[in-house]
Amino acid sequence: MTSVAELLAGIPELAGVEPVTRVTLPARLEYTYSPGTAQTRFLTALPDKRLLAERCPQCTRVYVPPRGACPTCGIATSEQLELPHTGTVTTFCIVNIAAKGLDVEVPYCYAYVLIDGAHVGLHARIGGIPYAEVHIGQRVEAVWNEAKLGPSLASISHFRPTGEPDADPESYRRWM
Amino acid sequence: MPPEVLSAPLVVEFPFTRSTGPVLGAFLTGLRERVVLGVRATDGRVLCPPAEYDPVTAEELTDLVVLGQLGTVTTWAWNDHPRPYQPLDTPFAWVLVRLDGADTALLHALDAPRHTLRSGMRVAIRWAEERSGAITDIACFVPAPTASPTAPPTPDPEGPSA
Repeated sequence: MTSVAELLAGIPELAGVEPVTRVTLPARLEYTYSPGTAQTRFLTALPDKRLLAERCPQCTRVYVPPRGACPTCGIATSEQLELPHTGTVTTFCIVNIAAKGLDVEVPYCYAYVLIDGAHVGLHARIGGIPYAEVHIGQRVEAVWNEAKLGPSLASISHFRPTGEPDADPESYRRWM
Repeated sequence: MPPEVLSAPLVVEFPFTRSTGPVLGAFLTGLRERVVLGVRATDGRVLCPPAEYDPVTAEELTDLVVLGQLGTVTTWAWNDHPRPYQPLDTPFAWVLVRLDGADTALLHALDAPRHTLRSGMRVAIRWAEERSGAITDIACFVPAPTASPTAPPTPDPEGPSA
């Protein structure tokens, strides 16, 4: 295959100039995001270190963060409840590529944490232990970002192991 | 009483870096140096923007051609409400411009009053002050000065008649 320098060499106007070989073309989408009433309640409770959830009146599943409706039953999740800060790792991955603007050192562990009493996993980073020691069933607790408490999931810095024995697989098997 | 519903800016950005290959690399290098390149296809047509492979035969194309700095608008669409990151921040026309020496047209912006627009109008390149090897090195097109040469005749793709 012909190189760009070879092609440029044949054009008197461009012979010998530094060739372009790469371009950076950011694909950028700018939204104004409104999380709706249910997630607004969830987000505005985070600065007080409270995890608010909603229960479906029909199937009784508990959703956190709440979306205001049950995706299975298609009805409003009217009942509100508060969950503890502990949960169980139901799946995880090791992130080896640093995302732009993220001030966490790679590799790190990102996981689904099934908060006790909830039936969907919350996305969160697992910290406080070597990433290779994270495993499914591990019991973890929220570490709050005291310096940055606000209406954002960034209020939770990460989850760390509680030191308890692993959860009984029966307790989370259906919610992985 | 539910709390006031939150709202926040959310920016999703993928900072893609692409390698440009020999033909587009040469095209972009040319733009940085204020030279527009086309590529000659196997049927003799000159394509701009250039293609790496022949659109008909899929053969590798390498015969680069320096094009003129003037061109002809083949079609246009008016943009009354420019959005952020578009080439101009005042109303402008999206245009397809066939540069002198090319047989295909390049998509770009034309800075001209709406009532002056017509297919067939002659336009000139306005180069960006700072150029880095990107299509935005052409800031936009502008109407060609009236003393500019008229468009060369469109070559007959069938070749000269016998």
